[in-house]
Amino acid sequence: MTAAAASLTSGASHAPVLRERGRREVFCGLTGIVWLHRKMQDAFFLVVGSRTCAHLLQSAAGVMIFAEPRFATAIIEERDLAGMVDCQDELNRVVDRLLERRPEIRTLFLVGSCPSEVIKLDLAKAAQRLGTKHMPRVRILNYSGSGIETTFTEGEDACLAALVPEMPALEFGSPTQLLLVGALPDIVEDQFLRLFAELGIERVGVLPARNLADLPAIGPDMRYLLAQPFLTETSLALEDRGATRLDALFPFGAEGTTDWLHAAAQAFDVDEMHFKRVVAPGRERAKRAIEHSRERLEGKRISFLPDSQLEVPLARFLSNELGMVPVEVGTPYLHRQHNARELALLPDTVRLSEGQDVDRQLDRLRADRPDLTVCGLGLANPLEAEGFTTKWSIELVFSPIHGFEQAGDLAELFARPLRRRDMLKV
Amino acid sequence: MQLSVWTYEGPPHVGAMRVATAMEGMHYILHAPQGDTYADLLFTMIERRGKRPPVTYTTFQARDLGKDTAQLFQDAARDAIARFNPQAIMVGASCTAELIQDDPAGLAEAMQLDCPVIPLELPSYQRKENWGAAETFYQVVRRLADQTIRPRGQARKLANILGPAALGFRHRDDLVEVRKLLDALDVEVNCVAPLGASPAHIARIGAADFNVVLYPEIAGEAACWLEKTFAQPTVGSVPIGVGATREFIAEIAALAGVDPAPALGDNSSRMPWWSRSVDSTYLTGKRVFVFGDATHAVAAARIAQDELGFEVCGLGCYNREFARELREAAALYGVEPLITDDHLAVEEAIAAASPELVLGTQMERHIAKRLGLPCAVISAPVHVQDFPARHSPQMGFEGANVIFDSWVHPLVMGLEEHLLTMFREDFEFSDGAGASHLHAHSPSAHSPASSPAPEPMIAEAAEPGSQWTDEAERELRKIPFFVRGKARRNTELYAAEQGRDAIDLATLYDAKAHHAR
Repeated sequence: MTAAAASLTSGASHAPVLRERGRREVFCGLTGIVWLHRKMQDAFFLVVGSRTCAHLLQSAAGVMIFAEPRFATAIIEERDLAGMVDCQDELNRVVDRLLERRPEIRTLFLVGSCPSEVIKLDLAKAAQRLGTKHMPRVRILNYSGSGIETTFTEGEDACLAALVPEMPALEFGSPTQLLLVGALPDIVEDQFLRLFAELGIERVGVLPARNLADLPAIGPDMRYLLAQPFLTETSLALEDRGATRLDALFPFGAEGTTDWLHAAAQAFDVDEMHFKRVVAPGRERAKRAIEHSRERLEGKRISFLPDSQLEVPLARFLSNELGMVPVEVGTPYLHRQHNARELALLPDTVRLSEGQDVDRQLDRLRADRPDLTVCGLGLANPLEAEGFTTKWSIELVFSPIHGFEQAGDLAELFARPLRRRDMLKV
Repeated sequence: MQLSVWTYEGPPHVGAMRVATAMEGMHYILHAPQGDTYADLLFTMIERRGKRPPVTYTTFQARDLGKDTAQLFQDAARDAIARFNPQAIMVGASCTAELIQDDPAGLAEAMQLDCPVIPLELPSYQRKENWGAAETFYQVVRRLADQTIRPRGQARKLANILGPAALGFRHRDDLVEVRKLLDALDVEVNCVAPLGASPAHIARIGAADFNVVLYPEIAGEAACWLEKTFAQPTVGSVPIGVGATREFIAEIAALAGVDPAPALGDNSSRMPWWSRSVDSTYLTGKRVFVFGDATHAVAAARIAQDELGFEVCGLGCYNREFARELREAAALYGVEPLITDDHLAVEEAIAAASPELVLGTQMERHIAKRLGLPCAVISAPVHVQDFPARHSPQMGFEGANVIFDSWVHPLVMGLEEHLLTMFREDFEFSDGAGASHLHAHSPSAHSPASSPAPEPMIAEAAEPGSQWTDEAERELRKIPFFVRGKARRNTELYAAEQGRDAIDLATLYDAKAHHAR
């Protein structure tokens, strides 16, 4: 990790970034609801949008639709647009009905969509009004998950940023505390909390909490670690409330996780020997687990099409720990500061791109012919049919991939398509 | 506003995508915000297409709003034409673009493109996917059909097959079966559309002597216009089921002036014998609930009653456009028509009807699972498993074979049913043992003695303050779970008719005697 810290100016830190605008093959921020509602167990997500929004959620959520999920769409109809009914009245009606039917809900998110934003439906006002009405049983918040404002994981960013003002204030002069930011699978979150406890960092909060009733406190004595690279707005909101970000690699792979934990250890004055002792077993296990995929991945060329902003840290992991060669790393949005350490560890031969013009990017991909392409489901099968081997990127958002214990699984996610390609005789 | 978790149909521009994706040489320029590209994966994942749908989205974002979006649209159109070189393009707006009023039709016209442009007006806040597909196909045909071409009028008749599209339930295989039937009748196929048709094919659509409409939801509008414009009659019957297939053959034979015998005599049809064989006797009078798109639901109800000997206890569809057809069919079976796109209403109706088999869409499959009922899928929307690799049509004689197998399999087979009834007190067949004794290594977590197994919801329908006496309730629980719902319903019905307040053992058995068939 010291090597990583020392080399902040090398690697791809100063590599030019190809900034592209044009046709994009990406999800909108509404998709975040699919994993956010699993994490926040007392919250409900009500999208105010069109049939398209409902159809998108249904396509993205697959079988979850059939369990009683904690999300739904209030579909705007002709009557709402023609001014025959007042949208705000309609929203009142829908929310009342919903809260009556689902008494277990404690937080309701009104989620803005492209149609609701284009018709300038003021969801902030609606949230305030309805919040007053349903206090104290239900807290009502709003954020935008629209395609015109957000790309895929930015929906989580917008949601968490909406939660920050709701966090209670940390009492002045409290001992320094740690906050983990980003929705992680419960099992991963528990692993991290155990590691922090072993390190002797006792006061650790998580955002989002499993129950939003237990939101952690926030204030100038708070240090936070981003578990995900896409939390730009949330980070700004936390800093507005005085919290300080701990700069680290994102916790992917043995090195990334070590560096991430180390940033916290340093901030909390954990003894270096103790840190090494605590981290060593997990780190060794992670390295052993990763080895299984090395043979398959080493020297293989990989390209990422933009999707989730996980691309840069994942390319760093695959390049540094598995010997893959990143060719083009595309990301919907590149936060230079949050990714500074990541970029320093990428080889300077990598082509970084931000944004997308999908057809031109596919032209580059065809010229590059990487061994493995990470892309969305709309492109994966068409590219397979052209002879590319692909790894569909959405799985990287839905699967537990952070931390030591998942490092092997993460490597395996990339190794599997290549193994399958070699295995099939048809 | 309408509160919705699950929708049977997507927005109308998805219908337009289904037409564009089915065709060759067509490209759709869709004015839509970033994110609407999610619809691509319906085609690449559910239908497993190896090509991207021929759709270019403008993918505008907040910073583009204002004048910029019109320019974005024109750039997208120009780039798409240069890159894909289509024979014709369709232009339209998704729900958000409809609100910003950029008018794709006008913008495309102003560009003076040298390929035909088909403008689409798809009101997203009123209409849905099927309507979008029908309107799109109609506009495509209207714009591209060469009106100087007239029906060929030769002795050997020429037909168009209209309706198969992308993301259609078994459209690929239905087409194979219908082509076989037309071959047997010596009718030549002029054009299949939209599936596999290019704009050049559509131009020659007027040469056919008549049109065969396989899916009225998609091709009904276009066929009406073709009938008016080219005087091409429409074959109205949809060949799903043995009876309907025979009618379809007779109708075509009459139009083509040929002998129907070669097609009718097709002995690949095993379904009538399978249905008559003694093993099928136990199917008699099984109560079946049917829901889907109107065409498939109406066809399924007819097969259920006339060809399998079931009793249709519920019939409904989610597409309002075909409510009239469905109401007429419901009247035939003496059931209340259910026309709704609210899956909770469907769930309620199914629970109330307590059927022994549910025929429906992906949604009904899940409802049936919750209620502990057998189910088979007969209509879109469907998930990836209903775009199978094997040949599995619904239409024609082979389709009837497929239908027999897929509907009967979920039912407990006759012999098994008898065994279960005979040995219902046996520990292996008790409720606690689960659905199959083959799962010996994952025994139910409940010990049969201490707590009953999770019951299907229908069987638990007894509300607090139930009229059932404890003794009668215990007796009811001895009845196998898959007929228990019916027994409960019949008994309660009987008690109500007889004005009995409490349901005791005597009422239970009186009711059994009353309902005995």
